[in-house]
Amino acid sequence: MIEIQNVHKSFGQLEVLKGIDLVVQKGEVVTVIGGSGSGKSTLLTCINGLEPINSGKILVDGTEVHAKSTNLNKLRRKIGIVFQQWNAFPHLTVLENVTLAPRKVLGMAKAEAEAIAERQLMHVGLGDKLLAYPSRLSGGQQQRMAIARALAMAPDYMLFDEVTSALDPQLVGEVLETLKMLAEEGMTMICVTHEMAFARDVSKRVAYFHQGVMAEIGAPEQIFGDPQHPETRKFLASVR
Amino acid sequence: MFETALSAADLIFLAKGAGITIVVTAISVVIGTVLGILFGVLRVQLGPILSAPLTLFLDIFRSVPLLIQLVLANSFIGMVLKLQLSGFFVACMVLSLYTSAYCAELVRGGIDAVPGITRRAARSLGMSWAQDMRYIVLPLATRVALPSWIGLALGVMKDSALVYVVQVTELLKSTQILITRLQEPLFLLLICGAFYFIISFPLARFGGYLEKRSSND
Repeated sequence: MIEIQNVHKSFGQLEVLKGIDLVVQKGEVVTVIGGSGSGKSTLLTCINGLEPINSGKILVDGTEVHAKSTNLNKLRRKIGIVFQQWNAFPHLTVLENVTLAPRKVLGMAKAEAEAIAERQLMHVGLGDKLLAYPSRLSGGQQQRMAIARALAMAPDYMLFDEVTSALDPQLVGEVLETLKMLAEEGMTMICVTHEMAFARDVSKRVAYFHQGVMAEIGAPEQIFGDPQHPETRKFLASVR
Repeated sequence: MFETALSAADLIFLAKGAGITIVVTAISVVIGTVLGILFGVLRVQLGPILSAPLTLFLDIFRSVPLLIQLVLANSFIGMVLKLQLSGFFVACMVLSLYTSAYCAELVRGGIDAVPGITRRAARSLGMSWAQDMRYIVLPLATRVALPSWIGLALGVMKDSALVYVVQVTELLKSTQILITRLQEPLFLLLICGAFYFIISFPLARFGGYLEKRSSND
């Protein structure tokens, strides 16, 4: 369970998160939508401790992420994250990209890590690219590789930060299909996205962020069919 | 017909000088690179304010002519510290620091070229700072810095000609000794240049090979 309690976060003078409260249950898929600068991506990087917070609390399975005593490197093993771009380690093959963390962080033997990596790469449809370097992959393939790499750590939670935003339109579908597959397998996911159809199809709940505040959260039918907050209505009208 | 007083023994004398040039260069480049990586990582890690003293120190080594550094270091060690160090030791020490000052800049530039998100991706997989450095940042930084580093190593090799001021008889000094004796400056300088070329060429080739190998993607 991920519990976000009254989280405030500022970059200098700019307050990007103004008291966020959100609980994500195991097995739940929550998508976060909202305009740029609404703080939704920042929230994800706060959840796995890549960004410090100014006040409030984030608990992952009861462990307080930003407590001094928390071993972040250990906590991050169970929280996978995929970013918009620049995910790949360009000097390593696809297989090495995926095996690096299991080997170095979990101390797995090479053969074992490779077996897991191959399985995850097959899973995302990259079974024939094991020995390729990332620059030989399309953007969509790179994103799927990043997903496989995160999954190879056997995380309990996956965070997706606009993973299709930097892709050519024809490559978006393959990545969204991969996310859908994960959701159907029961992975707990928080997806920041601009893909409204995806949010509607996959999520259990959709949260709308506006200027650092979670203006509204609810089932996709409600958010897309009967948005309550005027800003949500305005936003949805603008993206339709 | 062309005639020369250069004997086989003289050629061996020149080869010995070339050997000193190679040894001084190799020691300085190795130590300078290790220190340069350390200083470069420190500069990035400490940020501009905390690393200001280090930056200033390195800037001094980069901006004061090597000849002056050698003379001053030698005098300082001999007259102020009252230490009896060999010219060879002083030469290696000064050239190492000189190399490290340039190398630190290359390392810093290389590290800065690694996208922040790629580093975040590494950390988010549970890698420690040191693992991120070891497996992601430094390999990627090396690719960026390698061509300039080869240039630096070649430059240090040629700059090592200046260590004659601390009584180290390297290749150029050996040549000058022969010029004084044989009075055949053009011919001897030609041979000396050939020696430098023979030393540099494999290094430049090796650099080309490394560059090719590291850009395999």
